[in-house]
Amino acid sequence: MKKELGIFILLLVLCGATSLENPRFLHAENLVNTAQLIGMFGVFSIGLGMVIITGGIDLSVGSMIALSGMLLVMALTQWHWPWPLAVLFVLAVPMVLGWVNGILITRFKLQPFIVTLCGLLLYRGAARYIAHDTTLGFGDCAGFETLQKLANGRFLGLPASFVILIVVAVIMGFVLHRSIFGRYLYAVGRNEEAARFSGINTRAVITGAYVLAGLLTGVSGILFAFFTNLVQPSTQGNFYELYGIAAAVLGGCSLRGGEGSIIGILIGTALLQVLQNLVNLLGIDSSLNYAVMGAVVLIGVLADQIVKNRAKKGARG
Amino acid sequence: MNPAPLLEMRGICKKFPGVVALDSVSFQIGRGEVVALCGENGAGKSTLMKILGGVYQPDGGEILVDGQPVKITGVTDAMKLGIAFIHQELNVLDNLDIAANVFLGREPRNALGLINRKKIHAATAPYLQRLGLDLPTNTRLDRLSIAHQQMVEIAKALSLNARIIIMDEPTSSLTLTETNRLLELICELSEQGVSIIYISHRLGEIDTCADRVVVLRDGRNAGELPHGEASHDRLVGLMVGREIKSFYVQSDARKTPAWLKVRNVTSSLHPGKTVSFDASRGEILGFAGLVGAGRSEMAKSLVGLEPSPSRQISLGEQPVVVNTPRDAIDQGIYLAPENRRTEGLVVEMTVRENITLPSLASFTRLGLIQGARESQVAREQVTSLRIKTPSVEAKVINLSGGNQQKVVLGKWLAMSPKVMILDEPTRGIDVGAKAEIYRLMRDLADNGAVILMISSDMEEILNVSDRVAVMHEGQITGVLERADCNEQNVMQLAVGKQIPAARPAFN
Repeated sequence: MKKELGIFILLLVLCGATSLENPRFLHAENLVNTAQLIGMFGVFSIGLGMVIITGGIDLSVGSMIALSGMLLVMALTQWHWPWPLAVLFVLAVPMVLGWVNGILITRFKLQPFIVTLCGLLLYRGAARYIAHDTTLGFGDCAGFETLQKLANGRFLGLPASFVILIVVAVIMGFVLHRSIFGRYLYAVGRNEEAARFSGINTRAVITGAYVLAGLLTGVSGILFAFFTNLVQPSTQGNFYELYGIAAAVLGGCSLRGGEGSIIGILIGTALLQVLQNLVNLLGIDSSLNYAVMGAVVLIGVLADQIVKNRAKKGARG
Repeated sequence: MNPAPLLEMRGICKKFPGVVALDSVSFQIGRGEVVALCGENGAGKSTLMKILGGVYQPDGGEILVDGQPVKITGVTDAMKLGIAFIHQELNVLDNLDIAANVFLGREPRNALGLINRKKIHAATAPYLQRLGLDLPTNTRLDRLSIAHQQMVEIAKALSLNARIIIMDEPTSSLTLTETNRLLELICELSEQGVSIIYISHRLGEIDTCADRVVVLRDGRNAGELPHGEASHDRLVGLMVGREIKSFYVQSDARKTPAWLKVRNVTSSLHPGKTVSFDASRGEILGFAGLVGAGRSEMAKSLVGLEPSPSRQISLGEQPVVVNTPRDAIDQGIYLAPENRRTEGLVVEMTVRENITLPSLASFTRLGLIQGARESQVAREQVTSLRIKTPSVEAKVINLSGGNQQKVVLGKWLAMSPKVMILDEPTRGIDVGAKAEIYRLMRDLADNGAVILMISSDMEEILNVSDRVAVMHEGQITGVLERADCNEQNVMQLAVGKQIPAARPAFN
């Protein structure tokens, strides 16, 4: 809990500092907008965090968001599928691809970095191909207004994506911290060998994590598609995997596996979005956007390591 | 032996948060003396030696070398004083060769500042000769056995003009022949004037080479015994502070029919060879053999960790299918593996999490783990196995080796084993915990389980097993009944020789 408390305080400090510098931060419109972004980024970050807990990584998230967005647009506007069918399809595709990742990693013993790096290239290529590299949009959303409202509307003043994030976080919180699958995720991430010796089907657990990540990425893909209302296949979702990894690591996930929490990932995501908001509101040159994020993540991880080393030294004398 | 001690440690105190590791401990060693340091895990032996080696700083007391007080603030200070520490887990770089390892950090340079190859190899050779190691100095360490890697560490210590060499459990990974060679070497080095501090649980070895045995208990001096008076019983008595009755628990010799029948188990280590044997309920069947005989691989095959298509297992006339570890667990066949830290436990997880890992399904409701039930089961195991841990929430990595092994056993005992396979169950474990584990195995057997015990410790094999199956190159050469169990018979079978006393493994 200490780690999560640390970044939570950092988040509050950042919010406080920003609102002092520019009170527009606390305006309803800004908060709602930021909340919407947190929701969209948070959903897939949770999936990515679970993969990281197993000791793996998924670099293909951004490209998956592009591909699923593109498939959604085509299913709704070109193939004219009823929207529930389109949604099921768009969620199924990343799940199947996640399952393929799982097979490549567990049965063929390929490294997750390589497998998902290839995914990053393949999925974006596929997205560009099926759209003939053109930007496609939803147009006037005839026939799927309900879906649009579900993805882009407001519930009790909160943006839909934020509400969806809370629901996903609660469910995943139970799965990760209270279910057998969650316990197995941590065990496999820490010591796959010992987990196997204890009778855990490590292949199923790891593949399960990638399938789950696929599902959540698909959900984010739908949310992003309606947010931008246009899907440009070459740039949609570009670099989003880095946001996810940064959020997970800030939130306490170790890239070596076996560590992390849902709360941590949520706070990490919020931190990154608030940072971006901060850059805008404080008039910092937007070209420094990535630089600011990189610096903050580095400082955060460094601070965490220093605190850890101090604790170890204290125990050693 | 010199009248003035080479090294004297007086009144050494060391505290860690929550625990007093050393309470006014004294230790001394003379030139060319071999002193064995014994004690249960947690007695303070490692801490005392780490202070000497510069890894820890003492909170109180003083250290004198050659009669002069010294301060050892780091490993470099220790090296300058001629103190070398050979850890149990060897600190060698196995991607470099012998000469590179010996002169690590002190490589002789040539005029250009590059490593002088000729010099480094020429300088290393005499040390290898002194140790009787007949190997080219450019051999990469990953091609050497653990025993030879250890020799390289000793060569390094000698090249640093070490006057005191501390060896921590040096024989735990060595074979019988290698152990004898090391003990010979220690005697040779002591004759040459090098002092050796030998930390070990192997009481038989200590008797062979030590001039004195110093015993620590609970962070204090518990006594000292000169060579010749350090008998098994007296040492154990000092280490534990109480009498250990019946260290080895004998069984009432009952002849029960074969219940576990194993046929045609193969392993990748010895393709083409199969292992078949019978075992009865209530018996402890020991598996002896030289390193590489294939015992651990056979055990892993038995529980489905290695594929073995022709394998047939039956429990009490019922054939069972074991293709995956989960199948074995469902049938009540469990394995406590050889490498408890890498295979038996998830060391960064808590005692509770480790104990309940294979049996989580039994305390879930609606897919969620019942925390209260889980903690209760964990606490039950901690109590019944007398696991020394501050709580079930402590991380296993902080427990001593013996207690870690008990956690491994607790994990399986919580699920009532039918067949319990133990691979090197007491490796690196102190005497007190060993006795408890032997008692546990006997109790399990008395309750009807079949115990298969793989061990490289001859004493253990001969005294704990009811029968001994000896393996050689992937096959069981023969099985010895209790009456025929002695070192000669076991060794002969272990090298593949047939002897009349050997019985077939199955009918």
